Amino acid sequence: MIAPETYREMGLNDLEYQQIEGILGREPTGTELGMFAVMWSEHCGYKFSRPILALFKTYRKAQEEGSLENAGVVPLDDRLGIVFKMESHNHPSAVEPFQGAATGVGGILRDIFTMGARPIANLNSLRFGTITGKSREASRNRFLFEGVVEGIAHYGNCVGVPTVGGEVVFSHCYSGNPLVNAMAVGVVDMGSIASARAEGVGNPVLYVGSATGRDGIHVATFASVELGPDSESRRPNVQMGDPFMEKLLIEATLEALATGDVVGIQDMGAAGLTCSTSETASKGGLGMTVDISKVPRRETGMTPYEVMLSESQERMLAVCRKGTEERVAGVFRKWGLNAVVVGHVTDGGLLRIFDGDTLAAEIPADALTDRCPTYHLETRDPEYLARVQAVDPLLLPEPTSYSEVLMQLLASPTIASKVWVTDQYDSMVQTQTVLGCGAADAAVLRVRGSAKGIAVKTDGNGRYCMLDPYVGGKIAVAESARNVACTGARPAAVTDCLNFGNPEKPDVFWQFRRAVEGIAEATEAFDTPVVSGNVSFYNETPEGAIFPTPVIGMLGILDDVTKCCGMAFAEEGRPVFLLRADNDATGGLGGSEYLAVVHKLEAGRPPSIDLEAEKRLQACLLAAIRSSLVASAHDCSDGGLAVTLAESCMAGGLGVSVLMRYDQFGQLPPSAVLFGEAQSRVLVSLSSERAMGQFEKMAEQFGVTAQWIGTVGGDRLRVTIDGQLLLDEAVEEMKAKHEGSITSLMTAKGA
Amino acid sequence: MKFGVVRFPGSNCDQDAYYVLRDVLNVPVDYIWHADTDVRSYDCIVLPGGFSYGDYLRTGAIARFAPVMDSLRAHAERGKFLIGICNGFQVLCEAHLLPGALVRNVGLKFICRQVHLRVENTGTPWTTDARTERPLRIPIAHGEGCYVADGDTLAELHAGNRILFRYCDSGGHPTPESNPNGSVDNIAGIANASFNVLGMMPHPERASERLLGSDDGRGIFASVIKRIARL
Repeated sequence: MIAPETYREMGLNDLEYQQIEGILGREPTGTELGMFAVMWSEHCGYKFSRPILALFKTYRKAQEEGSLENAGVVPLDDRLGIVFKMESHNHPSAVEPFQGAATGVGGILRDIFTMGARPIANLNSLRFGTITGKSREASRNRFLFEGVVEGIAHYGNCVGVPTVGGEVVFSHCYSGNPLVNAMAVGVVDMGSIASARAEGVGNPVLYVGSATGRDGIHVATFASVELGPDSESRRPNVQMGDPFMEKLLIEATLEALATGDVVGIQDMGAAGLTCSTSETASKGGLGMTVDISKVPRRETGMTPYEVMLSESQERMLAVCRKGTEERVAGVFRKWGLNAVVVGHVTDGGLLRIFDGDTLAAEIPADALTDRCPTYHLETRDPEYLARVQAVDPLLLPEPTSYSEVLMQLLASPTIASKVWVTDQYDSMVQTQTVLGCGAADAAVLRVRGSAKGIAVKTDGNGRYCMLDPYVGGKIAVAESARNVACTGARPAAVTDCLNFGNPEKPDVFWQFRRAVEGIAEATEAFDTPVVSGNVSFYNETPEGAIFPTPVIGMLGILDDVTKCCGMAFAEEGRPVFLLRADNDATGGLGGSEYLAVVHKLEAGRPPSIDLEAEKRLQACLLAAIRSSLVASAHDCSDGGLAVTLAESCMAGGLGVSVLMRYDQFGQLPPSAVLFGEAQSRVLVSLSSERAMGQFEKMAEQFGVTAQWIGTVGGDRLRVTIDGQLLLDEAVEEMKAKHEGSITSLMTAKGA
Repeated sequence: MKFGVVRFPGSNCDQDAYYVLRDVLNVPVDYIWHADTDVRSYDCIVLPGGFSYGDYLRTGAIARFAPVMDSLRAHAERGKFLIGICNGFQVLCEAHLLPGALVRNVGLKFICRQVHLRVENTGTPWTTDARTERPLRIPIAHGEGCYVADGDTLAELHAGNRILFRYCDSGGHPTPESNPNGSVDNIAGIANASFNVLGMMPHPERASERLLGSDDGRGIFASVIKRIARL
């Protein structure tokens, strides 16, 4: 008799357990119970999120057609396609930052090359609690930050895939529950995309890669509960990464797939052998018989339960044509990897797991994958909402010194330069990085073998989403699209990583649903389908849930990569314009970094966003870049126009003189003009004075405003509004603040 | 003329070196597998960057025992050209084809960034075509690039003009601030006594096309290609 505590501890409820007994017609074995528990966790089975994710058109269509693959493919040219996906590794990173982050990178890379694509770029979207000060909490957050960055660097650098971009944001709400979202991008020959589907009864099933150990057992279940005081004891649950093995696995897998003998392949990620065997079999409408006594081990005495649930890294499952197994295995062995036939494909749809002669599990494969129960959870408006939204930031007092505010913002860890982070990442290996970290609003890569290039960017603002998840979701898409457009790339497709608290709490599930509604609406408006993604729930500690933090990974395509555009003011005398399609009476102060840093307030309504206006803005920007009118483009976001100007100055080592009038900003106060985060605005410098006329005409045609605001030159950032000089800062001083902030926090341990 | 690029398990700049030679410098190039033992057909061999055998032990410590290494030694002894870039430099030091050693960066962190290099000797097979009117801009990407050597070795290197590249500032001055990893005397690259073997931490293959931000590294490949063509 299986005691209720046993299955409950594995994360199954009473009803689910009864369903399992119903499916099997008997009591499950321990191994079977573990397999169900992990496959029916939210992490693997999406049992809570699936009904909401159906709001994404492409997801719904793929689900209906049964064509959900590991990562979406977007055509680049007539031969090559781009594959990209983002995934969270939040909970492992919360207890073991180095390995948690490293294996996050490893896992997402396997999703890419398992499709036959060569990984060409990594990005990371990271969130940590406050790192400033001497408190224990700040010190713990610095430890997590340092470990995560080192883990990403260790894995990405060794495996030889450049880490080209991402974001790091700090807020108290992520204290103890950091977010580590890893995105990987790959390039694939469209004619030879590998499938994760088992085919052909009798075809051999190969286990390749690292040996199996006891690490990572029940990580997927761990990801489906809140973090608590005893989470530290979960450290043994965290997997260990070996990027060297992964590098070999990349080369060997791509070489093996090129033989044409492999009919289906899937990496062993969450739920390891259980997931890879059941999913490949179920997708092919077939069964599989596997003898786990043949699985290479790195530990002795492992039970079938442990082998089936291990999440040891750098392993793959491959199905190859009968008779080719030796040839395929030979490729892996050449690279020094294990390659063992562990079973074969069967008809009848049963997944049968043997340990030698003993039958350890016998489950219909689709019971694990497709029959995972789906729940329609209750939603309720969060209580805090009315309170925070009622705050009107325009009623707050103006600061005494705008100059001091700018310096404060440049040094605030969220806005400060991330060079301490990005210097640790190899951003150039593979020699395709045209514009790397900090050079442009998105990373730009050429793609070997194509005239075209890509721009990639991650973006998400948890504070906006806390204040209004629907608007925040739309802004995440709009801003990441604007970012890739600033480089001259046409926004093409989206991957997302949806980080939320406990979905079983109605107010959290409300946040989730509203954010997804916003993302779905915006991705449809921009015609950038969500082609892949990941949901991470239960991001909660006893202190509460994180801000709802959907992160968008945007892919843009550049028809001519040599025409890409950076963000730096690079030459004296260039005219500077604010290209804008905003219409925000609040000036975008709600939820701004200014409000948080200066007034210690996270309140108000987020900036408003008009998707149609945004589209016109981006279309105009792309046309202007294509016509070589624009020399630099930089999105106005965190910290508003003042910080945007400062960043373009620092990137180019040149100053700018700006002249504006309050009537151009609806008579908003200086704080809103300088630091408000109104959407749909881009700061550009033109290639020459001669370009001004054509640029202005183009803006008119697209129905957006091209507002001349100044000229590049000198070594100071000077901003004058209605004849009053509000900012007058030396570029070198700003740079010292901006670049020194995080480095000194990390070396002086918060002092 | 033929170039070879060695592939150890864990090399990850092998393809970059291969493409630069084939597509930018337009010279014939092959990969050489770490288990190969005959490299007689190559005029110049590249030991590329990466993490050979994972480098979980000391960098390059396992690669020096790879089957290909004996034939590389013979290749060098025959006076043919051999360049080790980054991990390749570490392997050359471990194999005693170059003196000294590379240890952890003084800041203990991996560093990837564009640096400036001063060409110290323009009369070598590797530097005749290198730009000299201003420092070279070539990126580094390593965790263990701090060059160390004993006093005698350093004296020999100086006396023989065998230090080919030193880290410097944008004005060409090898200052302490411009030394990214703590290398003794700002040393970024050295040659053996007969100048046919070069080891350097910066990556010239990442700086051979304007599109990638700098083509200052191209001169290093162009120099040795010219030298081989003259032989």
